[in-house]
Amino acid sequence: MTTLPLPAWGVRPKRVLPGFGLTMGVTLAFLGIVVLLPTVALVLKGAEIGPARFWAIATAPRTFAALKLTLLAATMATIFNALYGLLMAWVLVRYDFPGRRLLDALVDIPFALPTAVAGLTLSALFSANGWYGAVLEPMGLPVVFTIWGVAIAMSFTSIPFVIRTVQPVLEDLDPQYEQAARTLGAGPFTCFVRVVLPAILPALVVGTTLSLARCLGEFGAIVFIAGNLPMKTEIASLLAVIRLEEYDYNGAAVIALVLLLIALALLAVSGLLQALATRHRGRAP
Amino acid sequence: MTLQISNMTRRFGPVDVLRGIDLTIGEGELIALLGPSGSGKTTLLKIIAGLDWPDAGGLSVQGEDWLPKTAQERRTGFVFQHYALFPHLKVRDNIAFGLTVMPRAQRPGKAQIAARVEELLHFLQIPALADRYPAELSGGQRQRVALGRALAISPPVLLLDEPFGALDAQVRRDLRRWLRGVHDATGTTTIFVTHDQEEAFELADRVVVMGAGRIEQTGRPDEIYDHPATPFVARFLGLTVEIPVTLRQGRAEAPGLDTSALPRRAMADGPATLFLRPADITPIPDPASPFRLTALTTTGATHRLVMEGPADCRPEAEVARRSAAALTVGQTLRLRPEAGQIFPGGPGAQTLPAAADNPRFKESTP
Repeated sequence: MTTLPLPAWGVRPKRVLPGFGLTMGVTLAFLGIVVLLPTVALVLKGAEIGPARFWAIATAPRTFAALKLTLLAATMATIFNALYGLLMAWVLVRYDFPGRRLLDALVDIPFALPTAVAGLTLSALFSANGWYGAVLEPMGLPVVFTIWGVAIAMSFTSIPFVIRTVQPVLEDLDPQYEQAARTLGAGPFTCFVRVVLPAILPALVVGTTLSLARCLGEFGAIVFIAGNLPMKTEIASLLAVIRLEEYDYNGAAVIALVLLLIALALLAVSGLLQALATRHRGRAP
Repeated sequence: MTLQISNMTRRFGPVDVLRGIDLTIGEGELIALLGPSGSGKTTLLKIIAGLDWPDAGGLSVQGEDWLPKTAQERRTGFVFQHYALFPHLKVRDNIAFGLTVMPRAQRPGKAQIAARVEELLHFLQIPALADRYPAELSGGQRQRVALGRALAISPPVLLLDEPFGALDAQVRRDLRRWLRGVHDATGTTTIFVTHDQEEAFELADRVVVMGAGRIEQTGRPDEIYDHPATPFVARFLGLTVEIPVTLRQGRAEAPGLDTSALPRRAMADGPATLFLRPADITPIPDPASPFRLTALTTTGATHRLVMEGPADCRPEAEVARRSAAALTVGQTLRLRPEAGQIFPGGPGAQTLPAAADNPRFKESTP
């Protein structure tokens, strides 16, 4: 993997901004060493295994259960994040109230907190004798050691992605669009659905995708609350660690590859949705 | 629809934006709200649309009180200066918007809406743009679409905020004539806001001149042009030369001033101020006059003269290029106004509203 900062052939094109060669070189070198090379290594490792064995490992009951749980919980968490994150961004942008800045700062806490701390805190709160658990368990809604616990931990660490991507777009949205819609006879709800939502949809898609990706990869916060019962509440990344500790490199690589494929598919879907949501930004005449 | 505004006031914090507006607008009129920035004209328009609320006063349309109604209920289809077309909708869907958001019971059928949009596209001469997005249109085209979107809902009164403010001069002139045509064809009562007197005078049936939250004058364009009611209006309409005079038997007198071309006025004797347009002044060489020519610049077809007179009076004049051939800087000139306005009181007596420091101020378009 070598990266050449400048093309060694032909005439050097003149550029208005200086420093292209250097900055591009550093960028490519970094991306190559830190992102691309490990990914390629992982794919190569997976290729060594061979498709038949790969399939066998990936669909082994315990692996399959872990992948299924991870995907399901991540989807639950992301749906919640998309809705609640949008609501939260709306409240932070559209209303002025005492404590708004404090609330705004609180949003970043899941990012700032070490995930292990978040996991410990959540499991303490939701355990049978914790503040929340003491209320929920008697109602027949156990959280700790269930998929709900996994989803809650995922949601906790990833919701800022939605809020922080939607918030600036909502802030920049010119109120004239909504005012125009109102004077054309649209009610507040119609106005939101037909004018505001299309404008913030690209940002919402990006935020939701990032949030889902983070949910799939979350580890620290979940392992404390999930209980990690094989076939029940064991997440995929934890299983990969277990395989590695058992010196089962192939098993770990398969799980990692599946997660990687899901992440790539997510990026592709997100790009597609964004293109759809921004297709109106045509060229000016 | 007739529209009545009575004693309306609006204040933003410490600033009085509207200070008692009374205005009646008749069925089918085309009205221009003309004034410098900060005169409250856009606020007045937004209050009519329901996008802002007065602190006191009344607003009624066809005798019905409009103040308790929301913007949604008034359905005026406000046309913004920068159009505010919905970027994610094609031209056709932008125009249909107001029809598609009607309550289900009143909403026309899909085919009816499509037919109405088609009809408007042809009426506005933009059928070729139907399937484009706003980002793919020029400013003039966007303005036409914005107007189409408003007209689609057949608003009781059409409100336009600086409708040509963001366009270049040629498109502006074309669209002005086009808007007049649209108004004459639909008969919709129309109010538009502008800071451009040429625009207001060319387009409107009646011009309402506003300054610092008050209506300074209301009238037909030629009435206002020929008889500005206040010094503010005079200055705003380009009567920027102010010469202190003494009124004697209805005639303005001052050293170096030849007012024989001006009609006598039925005004009391005493100090007064003569307001003149630079183009209405003919300079005549006169060694006895106190006005000395200090600068002579050309703008092509005309020469611009700056003179210095007594008591800090620096009149300016505009003359045709050929008649300025004999003039040289430093010589003294007698001023012969061909038309002008006289307001009683000496210099400084015509107190200016705060926002009118510069009467020829052009609002910058962001």
